[in-house]
Amino acid sequence: MTSLSAKDKDTVKAFCAKVAGKEEQIGCDAVSRMLTVYPQTKTYFSHWKDLRPGSAPVKKHGATVMTAVTDAVSKIDDLTGGLLSLSELHAFTLRVDPANFKVLAHNLLVVLATVFPNDFTPEVHVAMDKFLAAVAHALSEKYR
Amino acid sequence: MVEWSENERSIISNIFSNLDYNDIGPKALVRCLIVYPWTQRYFTSFGNLYNAEAISTNPKVAAHGIKVLHGLDRALKNMDNIKATYAELSVLHSEKLHVDPDNFKLLSDCLTIVVAGKLGSAFTPEIQATFQKFLAVVVSALGKQYH
Repeated sequence: MTSLSAKDKDTVKAFCAKVAGKEEQIGCDAVSRMLTVYPQTKTYFSHWKDLRPGSAPVKKHGATVMTAVTDAVSKIDDLTGGLLSLSELHAFTLRVDPANFKVLAHNLLVVLATVFPNDFTPEVHVAMDKFLAAVAHALSEKYR
Repeated sequence: MVEWSENERSIISNIFSNLDYNDIGPKALVRCLIVYPWTQRYFTSFGNLYNAEAISTNPKVAAHGIKVLHGLDRALKNMDNIKATYAELSVLHSEKLHVDPDNFKLLSDCLTIVVAGKLGSAFTPEIQATFQKFLAVVVSALGKQYH
């Protein structure tokens, strides 16, 4: 797992600034895609009444997740420390298999490509991919 | 054997009939070489791959991207027997090209993202699911002859 270079961090910060205000839209779309394209992820949401793309619980959860991702940008210099309580939540309460972090990350990248076709260049893509991997790694810290 | 509904067949057919191979092919391969730089190991004969700019303007990369994308035409024409259709290409990638089959998934993820960028919101979750299913079947077939 490589750490983020100064250039990666700058690229991530600059790109994520464009996401501001669109957290619900992007998060909802990413979660919708995850549930549709990777149906096994639905197993974590059996308590929701409606798992259809764009439904109320999907929108709400998408906003929660995406806001947390953009918030993680502000903690980019110490993701492990900054995401400690979220890691404990995912490890002890939610018990999400960490393989799913990659799945959600992929769907987030797909959404970013559709929303920002010109800005989501290969260079931005690699920096965001590394950033999301680093976030996933920090979230997995407390698992075992 | 992989089952395809009429809806899935028509989704795949529509995506490819509206695809500009000369645009999407190079973009997908360029993205793969930049996002997953270790994939450059297979292209040492392509010349300058030193940075994103060089990769993006390298004519050999572009030509190869188009070639690889056309490789998917075989699956398009033989959706009910993708495994057998790619047996020969699988042997080629294993015995002659020595490509780690994990790389097929990396390229297929980049292709998904490039197509998503092109189609925007028209690339719905349902269409994404079908496209990824198609690519996964091709990727699996390409890995079948490795031993």
